[in-house]
Amino acid sequence: MKLEKVLEHLYLVGMACLFATIVGLMLAVIAYISKPSRKVILWVVDVLQTIPALALLGIIMIVFGPNGTTVIIGLMLYSLLPIVRNTYVGLQNIEPGIKEAALGMGMTKIQRLIEVELPLAFPMVFTGIRIAVVTSIGTAVFGAIVGGGGLGSIINRAILIQDMETLIEATLVLMAMAIIFDFGMGYVEKKLKTRN
Amino acid sequence: MIIYENITKKYDDVIIIDNLNLTINDGEFVVLIGPSGCGKTTTLKMINRLIKYNEGNIYIDDKNIKDVNAVELRRKIGYVIQQIGLFPNMTIEENISVVPKLLKWSKEKQIKRVKELLELVDLPYEENAKKYPNELSGGQQQRIGVLRALAAEPPIILMDEPFGALDPITRDSLQDELKTLQQKLHKTIIFVTHDMEEAVKLADKIVFMSDGKVLQAASPEEMLNKPAHPMISKFMGKLSYSRSGNDLTCEDVMKKKIFTVPETKKTLECIELMKQKELDTVIVVDANGKYKGIVTIEYIREYGKPGEMISKITKTDQPSVLINTNAKDAIDKLIELKCDYLVVLNRNKTVAGILTRTSITKALASVVWGEED
Repeated sequence: MKLEKVLEHLYLVGMACLFATIVGLMLAVIAYISKPSRKVILWVVDVLQTIPALALLGIIMIVFGPNGTTVIIGLMLYSLLPIVRNTYVGLQNIEPGIKEAALGMGMTKIQRLIEVELPLAFPMVFTGIRIAVVTSIGTAVFGAIVGGGGLGSIINRAILIQDMETLIEATLVLMAMAIIFDFGMGYVEKKLKTRN
Repeated sequence: MIIYENITKKYDDVIIIDNLNLTINDGEFVVLIGPSGCGKTTTLKMINRLIKYNEGNIYIDDKNIKDVNAVELRRKIGYVIQQIGLFPNMTIEENISVVPKLLKWSKEKQIKRVKELLELVDLPYEENAKKYPNELSGGQQQRIGVLRALAAEPPIILMDEPFGALDPITRDSLQDELKTLQQKLHKTIIFVTHDMEEAVKLADKIVFMSDGKVLQAASPEEMLNKPAHPMISKFMGKLSYSRSGNDLTCEDVMKKKIFTVPETKKTLECIELMKQKELDTVIVVDANGKYKGIVTIEYIREYGKPGEMISKITKTDQPSVLINTNAKDAIDKLIELKCDYLVVLNRNKTVAGILTRTSITKALASVVWGEED
């Protein structure tokens, strides 16, 4: 039963971060290319982060009902900030000489993005994803309250029946997950950064 | 042929380029030069439409560049910049092939072209093609930068201070290579620099700009002989400082760090000082700093009495030369007299330095290899 809950937890986090990466990359690229939209996008992802997790999940539940979808959407909105910010900063910080060379050689906007700018920004993007994954592992615990399952449901029940042992066990598992992902992805990140 | 016709460029109300007219012939190596802010880089970047102009027209082979799609235009013009701008995420081969790939050359043709180009600068394909830019030195990176610009065989190459960030020796050899390449490939090259020496070395035609205007456009010889404006002579003036071995004086080749003692020093004090500085000879001067002679440690040991002033035992027959003596004559004197060094004196008889065989060798090396000051 335990393993099942761990996998369920990972599924929620994984799906949320996958969607957050797709949406986040698109938003960051739009913010990078179009100046008028830049402020709005960066402001919105900032504000999303300031809404308390419980409140955000509650609001989404009104629309999608108490289930996994609600949790995934909530976590995704939460994960947007690190991914959008890091992608945007990564694109912005590419050496001007490299951008000028790409432009001067006759690459179109899309070619510059896909062949030069996004690959060069990727280590930064990856850092954003790592932050999103690690924080989501913790935040997903709240998902149990809106019926999302995962390790949160075990913790909830353990609190209700005052089962200290289960509570500590679940917490340790959560911590272990966060640390494993943080280190594992941190290692990949280091590899990515040394190449550029 | 590239023709600038009445080109004017303004930022707000500030005029950057003022009614520029300029013709660049096919196969010509044109160097744009001038003080910072004279508009030389702006002039260059107008050709591939990285910078827009407000008035006038630019024609490349009778085609107004405004009527050509900017992306298409740029693919037909090579572009090399000071920051090099190789793509760190691509191998050397991929970097060179960027424009051929954009032009949809076949894979085989791309590889063949990369091999050909790397051979041109003596970088073997097998060793270098799969490397990433950060594995190469700055000079090698800019070699690749130049090859990347040549890759799709554009008739025109724009170079914006391409060697400005390199060390003097590397810069020199890249200049030589570029000149050889140009003679082999007959490209039209437009090259921006603020270094007159570089301009004279590379250019068929130098275009001197100031405040958005062309002050003179002429061959290097003509510009050296008949500068059309005082500012050009000033720029050229820097060149006369770069000397050949013939007009070096003692001042250029002498050792300036020397140690002098006043003639009133006592013998024991003097020995103590020499021990500290690890010297076996010092130059003796009087109260006004004028040259008196030398003392050596053996001399003091042999003739010196404790408590005596060194003026009593100073050797006054050490040969000396004046600071503006031609270095060649001084070297001849040094060899002829079979001494270890000459004392170099200023006109007022104060000591300027000494001339040793080592200092001469060093100075000559700097003439041969070049020196940045």
